[in-house]
Amino acid sequence: MRYMTDRKRAAGLGSAKSGVHHFWAMKVSSVALLLLIPLFVFTFGPALGGSYDEVTAYFARPFPAIVAALTMIVGFKHFNDGAQVLIEDYVHGGTQKITLILVTCLSYAAMATGLFSIAKLAL
Amino acid sequence: MVQLTLPKNSRIRVGKTWPKPEGATNLRKFQIYRWSPDDGENPRVDTYFVDMDRCGPMVLDALIKIKNEIDPTLTFRRSCREGICGSCAMNIDGINTLACIYGLDEIKGDVKIYPLPHMPVVKDLIPDLTHFYAQHASIMPWLETKTNRPAKEWKQSIEDRKKLDGLYECVMCASCSTSCPSYWWNGDRYLGPAALLHAYRWIIDSRDEATGERLDALEDPFKLYRCHTIMNCTKTCPKGLNPAKAIASIKKMMLERAV
Repeated sequence: MRYMTDRKRAAGLGSAKSGVHHFWAMKVSSVALLLLIPLFVFTFGPALGGSYDEVTAYFARPFPAIVAALTMIVGFKHFNDGAQVLIEDYVHGGTQKITLILVTCLSYAAMATGLFSIAKLAL
Repeated sequence: MVQLTLPKNSRIRVGKTWPKPEGATNLRKFQIYRWSPDDGENPRVDTYFVDMDRCGPMVLDALIKIKNEIDPTLTFRRSCREGICGSCAMNIDGINTLACIYGLDEIKGDVKIYPLPHMPVVKDLIPDLTHFYAQHASIMPWLETKTNRPAKEWKQSIEDRKKLDGLYECVMCASCSTSCPSYWWNGDRYLGPAALLHAYRWIIDSRDEATGERLDALEDPFKLYRCHTIMNCTKTCPKGLNPAKAIASIKKMMLERAV
């Protein structure tokens, strides 16, 4: 039991003075993905089912490789920001911090894996 | 972690079925949540039958009739009976609303009445709104000025006064905040639609001189940005207000000064 006024409990630790940049980053990456996802689908699609040589030759061209790389970067950054909101909503306390670290590691690992694969095909 | 099931002592049991009124031909069944802090029992849902030929048209009329004629222990808040005081907010037929302005003819089948969701219950249909009111107080719901007080009133143009329409009408019934899943999971830190609607009412008041400080106080991942535009608040508001739009407007102002 803690003796605390209702007003102090409602104020908590005060404002973190942050949040607007995360909000804006989500909006910007959403708009970018609106453009990138269709481009990715239509540039990645033709390479599906091709032989190894055909696929490497296809991704050696700048446009499909750059679209795929941008989709990896923006897509996984957007995933990380979105998952952060989700975790903050539903997980609390120390578990929240651990989950946030794990999801951030997962997002950047997935992004790096994608970029490495594209680079290996393209270069 | 978020609680997806009720704790053992909050699980609802089937309660008492009260006798039907004698000689009544037009009966309606009411299932009402009951819980008393005094008996150590779990909550239960009692069943009442009301003679609709001798009852007013609103849900509150039926509740008052039950309390007067069937079960005087049924406990609920009410005062103005015309949607101005906000006292009789409760969950009726799955919707958070005011019992005094919600017509019984709007409900199909049995009438199910519960207290506002995800709030501590004081007794029966009375939720504990202490934290809700404290959150409202924390947004400083009053005019803040730095300029010396004018000889007469603080002037406001007709256009600027119009900006307060749709905001000042809020009666603080808590229907919106208690319908919001973000408020359910993070109500300790998230201010909720009602407090944020009031915050916006003062942010856009042309006479208020603390706009920056008000925005500063709200810029927080939990106080403001837990709103994910779910829109339950707007859908449920018994006064027809739009708290979701007010919150979106605050976010827009945050962006205006940051980006």
